[in-house]
Amino acid sequence: MAATLRSRLRLGYALNPVGVVGFCIVAFWAVMALAAPLIAPHPVGEIVDFDYFGPMTREFWLGTDYLGRDMLSRILMGARYTVGISLAAVALACFTGVTLGMTAAVTGGWFDTVLSRFLDALNSIPSKLFGLVVVAGIGSSIPVLIATLAVIYTPGAYRFARALAVNVNTMDFVTVARVRGEGTGHIIGSEILPNIIGPVLADLGLRFVFVVLLLSGLSFLGLGVQPPDADWGAMVRENIGGLPFGAPAVVVPSLAIASLTISVNMLIDNLPRRIRDRSA
Amino acid sequence: MAHLVEIRGLRVEAKTDSGRRIEIIRGVDLDVADGEILALIGESGSGKTTIALSLLGYTRAGCRIAGGSVTVDGRDMAALPEAERAALRGTMVAYIPQSAAAAFNPSRTVMEQVIEVARIHDLMPPDAARARAVELFRALALPEPETIGARYPHQVSGGQLQRLSAAMALIGAPKLVIFDEPTTALDVTTQIEVLRAFKAVMKESRAAGVYVSHDLAVVAQIADRIAVLKGGEVQEVGATGQILARPTHPYTRALLDAVEPSAGAARPAEAAGPGPLLEVTEVVAGYGRIGPDGMPLVPAIRRVSLTVERGRNLGIIGESGCGKSTLARVIAGILPPVSGRIALDGTPLAPAAAQRPRDALRRLQIVFQLADTALNPAKAVGEILGRPLTFYHGQRGRAREARIDRLLDMVRLPRALKTRLPGELSGGQKQRVNLARALAAEPELVICDEITSALDSVVAAAIIELLGELQRELGLSYIFISHDLAMVQSICDRIAVMVAGEKIEELAPGDFGAPGTHPYSRLLHASMPKLDPGWLDGLGRDAAVEWPVRAGAAS
Amino acid sequence: MKSQIAYLVLNRMAAALVTLLVVSFTIFFATAMLPGDVAEVLLGQAATPEAVAGLRTAMHLDEPAILRFLRWIGGLATGDLGTSYANAIPVAKLIGGRLANTLKLAAVTAVVSVPVALGLGILAAVLRGTLFDRVVTALTIGVISVPEFMIATSAVLLFSVYLKWLPALSFANEVQSLGQLLRVFVMPVLTLSFVISAQMIRMTRAAVVEALDKPYAEMALLKGASRTRVVLRHALPNALGPIVNAVALSLSYLLGGVIIVETIFNYPGIAKLMVDAVSTRDLPLIQTCAMIFCLGYLLLITIADIVAIVSNPRLR
Repeated sequence: MAATLRSRLRLGYALNPVGVVGFCIVAFWAVMALAAPLIAPHPVGEIVDFDYFGPMTREFWLGTDYLGRDMLSRILMGARYTVGISLAAVALACFTGVTLGMTAAVTGGWFDTVLSRFLDALNSIPSKLFGLVVVAGIGSSIPVLIATLAVIYTPGAYRFARALAVNVNTMDFVTVARVRGEGTGHIIGSEILPNIIGPVLADLGLRFVFVVLLLSGLSFLGLGVQPPDADWGAMVRENIGGLPFGAPAVVVPSLAIASLTISVNMLIDNLPRRIRDRSA
Repeated sequence: MAHLVEIRGLRVEAKTDSGRRIEIIRGVDLDVADGEILALIGESGSGKTTIALSLLGYTRAGCRIAGGSVTVDGRDMAALPEAERAALRGTMVAYIPQSAAAAFNPSRTVMEQVIEVARIHDLMPPDAARARAVELFRALALPEPETIGARYPHQVSGGQLQRLSAAMALIGAPKLVIFDEPTTALDVTTQIEVLRAFKAVMKESRAAGVYVSHDLAVVAQIADRIAVLKGGEVQEVGATGQILARPTHPYTRALLDAVEPSAGAARPAEAAGPGPLLEVTEVVAGYGRIGPDGMPLVPAIRRVSLTVERGRNLGIIGESGCGKSTLARVIAGILPPVSGRIALDGTPLAPAAAQRPRDALRRLQIVFQLADTALNPAKAVGEILGRPLTFYHGQRGRAREARIDRLLDMVRLPRALKTRLPGELSGGQKQRVNLARALAAEPELVICDEITSALDSVVAAAIIELLGELQRELGLSYIFISHDLAMVQSICDRIAVMVAGEKIEELAPGDFGAPGTHPYSRLLHASMPKLDPGWLDGLGRDAAVEWPVRAGAAS
Repeated sequence: MKSQIAYLVLNRMAAALVTLLVVSFTIFFATAMLPGDVAEVLLGQAATPEAVAGLRTAMHLDEPAILRFLRWIGGLATGDLGTSYANAIPVAKLIGGRLANTLKLAAVTAVVSVPVALGLGILAAVLRGTLFDRVVTALTIGVISVPEFMIATSAVLLFSVYLKWLPALSFANEVQSLGQLLRVFVMPVLTLSFVISAQMIRMTRAAVVEALDKPYAEMALLKGASRTRVVLRHALPNALGPIVNAVALSLSYLLGGVIIVETIFNYPGIAKLMVDAVSTRDLPLIQTCAMIFCLGYLLLITIADIVAIVSNPRLR
């Protein structure tokens, strides 16, 4: 095992500067989300400025919002909601989807047919609409949001993983494992998973972007994270009144979302590639 | 006058995925005279197709001509601007692709595509082009020449498409025709017809040709001169007869040796055990619902019986679609038969592998054709070989490592390969690992399903030799499935011939071509290309070649 | 072969119907899981138990969920869309004009963006690897990665706040002249076009690139065909199925985009109606709006599938 590891480390990897920048921004937001309470200059809920929609000043780096609260502190705390909820939802969606997808691909038969049909049908409900319907039915809270977002993105993850697994499943090495007498567990875990894990992780990243966008959209409509808490989408909503003045309070949360999603995309499109022609 | 084609100091660069440039053609000089056919012979990666494409002023994505000149009829294809190159393509130099099935646009009729050259270059009015196309179809011995053009590519068989692509190339009356392995994907009996048609139309059109192939025997039939390539360099050029009879370069000699494998060493007669090792009786298999007559909707195997004696090898030969690979899958339990019995060493086997006891699975191993898909690309060679050791024999730790080393020794691979991933091995090395994994189970019978078809001839010959050595060391039996009669003859004691899901007869290797055998067996025997340049012409249209199953086997 | 096409098309339509059934089931039960009693919610805290019980019976709330589902779906099928909880007006009446407004918005957006997006997508594929291609690709990724409301707010900031060309809000019912119509539509259409074009460009480019990588495209090039001819005669006919699919899928993004855009520009369409209905928990209205959206989506992808089947040369 140790020998195997060494040989893989010996392989060269090509790093792309765009990917590195993407990684740095993603890492920045991850750190901010974790350390927000330690860094935030003001308590999130405290009104610190007499003026509302204040401009960027030395004291309030990102201006103040419609109540005169410090935007920098709110953005930092908002990162917790946006990143945290999205991450939880996407992890849940991908875990469920990938597990079901691989199982369906390997077992086939009616299990595969029924599950695929059902999840395809679920997938044909536009995602924002699904969010609206659930919030209308159950009301909005953080656990409900996570569960809803996970349900919305499970069919996609399932479909993706299943398609990959079906391809791998037709490979002769899986047939060889079958006629060797291996069980379904070994085939899924040892033969199929290692061959689809790369694309699955990249897909998880893309899906994370979609979840962030959907969560922000729902919050923007007032159906996501509820006051007094606020994620970035909710901040755009509560400060939309500042739009005619071009207040930083409207612009900054949007930019925060864009910086996160675009950098995740940059990272995924430019993951370190293994160099195959090492024989030089 | 100068030659029609003069390639001087041609160098082509390719960009690897790390962005490094490597030279894949390293300074090649070649000439082709008017009306002459030059063959480019070499293995995959030798650069033969790259050189052929450079004659059209074309390189595949990621490649570029880095130096030298490619002069065709006085103009340097490497230096011309794109528009002038395009004007010469189809009219001066024409191209016949390896896979016509992929090179025809699926959404347009054959005729539209054949006469497209005339339309692009405004050579003649559409009606005249159509008439010319029908003439060519007739000359190429295509069935229904008047109407075949109205069909879509997927409605025409592979051998016919290949001939249609020749019509597509010749309609612009080019001075030079490039043949890019045009018969490689075809069955041997179809290959003969296509070769014959090519030869006839080339003689008539008086065009010069460049024929790219890895098969010396095929090239011997059609080429005037042969250039042997390796690693992007010309090793040897000479007249066909001279190359075949008196090769000077050792690589050429290795290629020649690989074409006609020496008959395998005779296996000791006393090795045969008391009862047969494998007995297959009246097996029926296929896909779809089972009809009242006990046949599935799409039958693939119809009542096939065969036996394999202990220590002996059975060959199964037939063309694509004859059911030989399906039979292998049935025996291995991958596709459970609809009816019939399979017994290993006298014990009946369950139809599906999942129901067979682990020990029965261990004793019967299958090795697949494509090592690329047969080896898990995410696992190191050591893990791949180690899994059957743990699974069947419960070996772990040091004992397992030692056994893996021994297996690598057995298939003549360096032990250091243990830590490599399959993607880092050559084709031949991968196939050896594939074999070693089967050996790890300590089987008694190994089913080899076309295991040499995807390999270059020299590498394939080495694998066949290895199989013989392993048999002597380990007392194995093989079922050797192939479309290559010469290969099967060199290693098997008995050979079953299959057509359309049926086994039509079983012969000893030496009996092929003998009178009294089945006409199809004789056809197969006659269709195996020989190194003799006169073989194709001497092959009269005898009764055997006209055997009716041909049409079915060609599609 | 003709019968095979008919079979595949019918099969596809049957699948769409089954999907619609599953979708309606999901929508109904997602909204029926409401914690607390609709009757109580409607009548308020002061309601007597008798009044609540009376309303429950009147609304069939005592019946098993599956019966209510059947009653609801039967009503939908016969055109009875139910009555709004919030203001006791028939849902059909509430939706009528609003739906027309949304369709107008969607139609204008489609007319504007489809030709532009297809053109840019095909051009990017033909000019693969050039600066143009890379700029287009980077821009589309950028647009796809940001929320729709960001595009909308940026448009407002640019055109209304800084340039002062356009009003920030739109009211379709106050349109009297062509000029006003333009001003009302420009911002929502612009925003929506951005959102769906990005998707369409990406998918079109991918479809054409795939067709151009096929051996038959190389063969055409080696017959002396110009790049234009290779694209128009060889790549495009084979990319037709995927391109139609791309258009249909992109148009389905309209459904998501329209929810945000109508809200932010205060456009009186069906999506705005639905968002408002969510805040008042007006279930019959929500259910009907949701079904309209899902029906639109299914219609789009089913048409795309059928076009793909009919345009498949192997089935000819």
